[in-house]
Amino acid sequence: MSQRNAEFEAVASLVPVGSRVLDLGCGGGAMLEHLQSVKGCSGYGVEIADDNVLECTRRGVNVVQLNLEEGLALFDDKSFDVVLQLQTLQNLRNTEHMLRETARVGRIGIVSFPNFAHWPNRLSVLRGRMPVTRDLPYQWYDTPNIRVGTYADFEVLARRMGLQILDSFGLRGGQVVRRWPNLTASAAVFKFERA
Amino acid sequence: MASVGQVTPQRLHFEAPLPLRGGATLAGYDLVYETYGRLNAAKSNAVLVCHALNASHHVAGTHADQPRSEGWWDNLVGPGKPLDTNRLFVIGVNNLGSCFGSTGPLDTNPATGRPWGADFPVVTVEDWVDAQARLLDRLGIERLAAVLGGSLGGMQALSWTMRYPQRLGHCIAIATAPNLSAQNIAFNEVARRAIITDPDFHGGHYRSHGVLPKRGLTVARMIGHITYLSDDSMEAKFGRAMREAELNYSTQEIEFQIESYLRHQGDKFSEYFDANTYLLITRALDYFDPASAHGGDLSAAFGNAQGIQFTLVSFSTDWRFSPARSREIVKALVDNRIDVRYAEIDAPHGHDAFLLDDARYHALLRATFDRIAAEIKADVATGTAP
Repeated sequence: MSQRNAEFEAVASLVPVGSRVLDLGCGGGAMLEHLQSVKGCSGYGVEIADDNVLECTRRGVNVVQLNLEEGLALFDDKSFDVVLQLQTLQNLRNTEHMLRETARVGRIGIVSFPNFAHWPNRLSVLRGRMPVTRDLPYQWYDTPNIRVGTYADFEVLARRMGLQILDSFGLRGGQVVRRWPNLTASAAVFKFERA
Repeated sequence: MASVGQVTPQRLHFEAPLPLRGGATLAGYDLVYETYGRLNAAKSNAVLVCHALNASHHVAGTHADQPRSEGWWDNLVGPGKPLDTNRLFVIGVNNLGSCFGSTGPLDTNPATGRPWGADFPVVTVEDWVDAQARLLDRLGIERLAAVLGGSLGGMQALSWTMRYPQRLGHCIAIATAPNLSAQNIAFNEVARRAIITDPDFHGGHYRSHGVLPKRGLTVARMIGHITYLSDDSMEAKFGRAMREAELNYSTQEIEFQIESYLRHQGDKFSEYFDANTYLLITRALDYFDPASAHGGDLSAAFGNAQGIQFTLVSFSTDWRFSPARSREIVKALVDNRIDVRYAEIDAPHGHDAFLLDDARYHALLRATFDRIAAEIKADVATGTAP
């Protein structure tokens, strides 16, 4: 299984059946469509890119075209069971504000992001170069990843923000990694709620 | 892509009086409409297109013996176009109070035997929607696959979901708003004052004086036209281009091309549009405010719209019906857990963008109508009444 599929499956398994889901940075709406058809979920996606909004429309997935940097004023407190933020957090300038908004709008938040402390990345930095890998294919000057953090960094931030981590694991080569994820996982997944 | 070709407007008379929101009753009236495509046997593929301020029932196709008579949304509606008349049956209807065929100020008031003129009762978006529903009754259409409109037409589409939620599957509202802002009402008021203070207006009974308040109507159209464009699109089209090589240093002659353009647009408009209709329609815009019946709570106004699928589109440079206003509608729908797809198209053309054929915009509408057509096909195949 590819890393992308593995992440998809791993995240989907964290979403309770019948949840109301808000998917921030929902892409073409594949996750929402899956959760709707397989788990009887409902909800909305938020997306900034025109082609993804079109894809959601073709799928019949609810989508609101919005720049996440502008916040989530459209959505009331605790109006969703689950707020997903998959491979989005690293593209946003105001990471802490976005997490706070996620925790405000949903009962549960689920985020995934690249773990920059994965050992090949560490080796690369030790050699004096920013990592360019299959999971992080960008050069330092053209990467959309403007917030570079690690699995361990997120634990610290979550604690500081009063977020209770309900579950967390890493992903590597399509496998869930629970042992030393900060070193051995290329992506991190956290499920949390407001403490 | 093909045109729907030559079309002939049709007219239906309605005997039953129509009670209006303003308190008056319209005792008998005509509605003029056009249809494109074919109504299927289950009568489940009808799409109603609501028109905005200066448009009519003539949405697509051409009229016989009239060159350049394409309908106002001809780029959207036709065989193979985003609103595909090979699959969907499209209805365009002229609203009451108009000057294009349905009963309005130009017609004879049966009570006096003279033209209605300024005495034509004030009509609202809700009244138009009620009249449209009666047209559907006469056409034997119980339920619309979709209602579609932009700007003031979008307000009608929204109103449909509140007044007749059980009678439609989809609402597609483009470049619209849940009500007009103070600035918007202000623009309308300037336009109305231009008309009303024209010496040829005669309190709205200009026809019995054998004159038309063309100067007022021209100015009204000029101000309206400015607000439909964006600063950037005007700059790109005209900039400071002059009409002649040298300035004339005249306070009254045309110096800049934009002046010439606006005067031309205004003059053209004043030739074919009725001043009383302009007053009526701008008032309908002003009055639309569905939240007002719910203490200003727009979410409550959509409380009965559950089950309807919404598609909303706004344009980034539209400052008359800005994206922020569409987001208010999105919020109200989300509050009600109603299905919605909302696109904010980054287009330079201001409010007018909703009538243009921006590729992203039309692709989105095509995707929406493709789904609608697929839903109808599935319903027909399984024999389920939607």
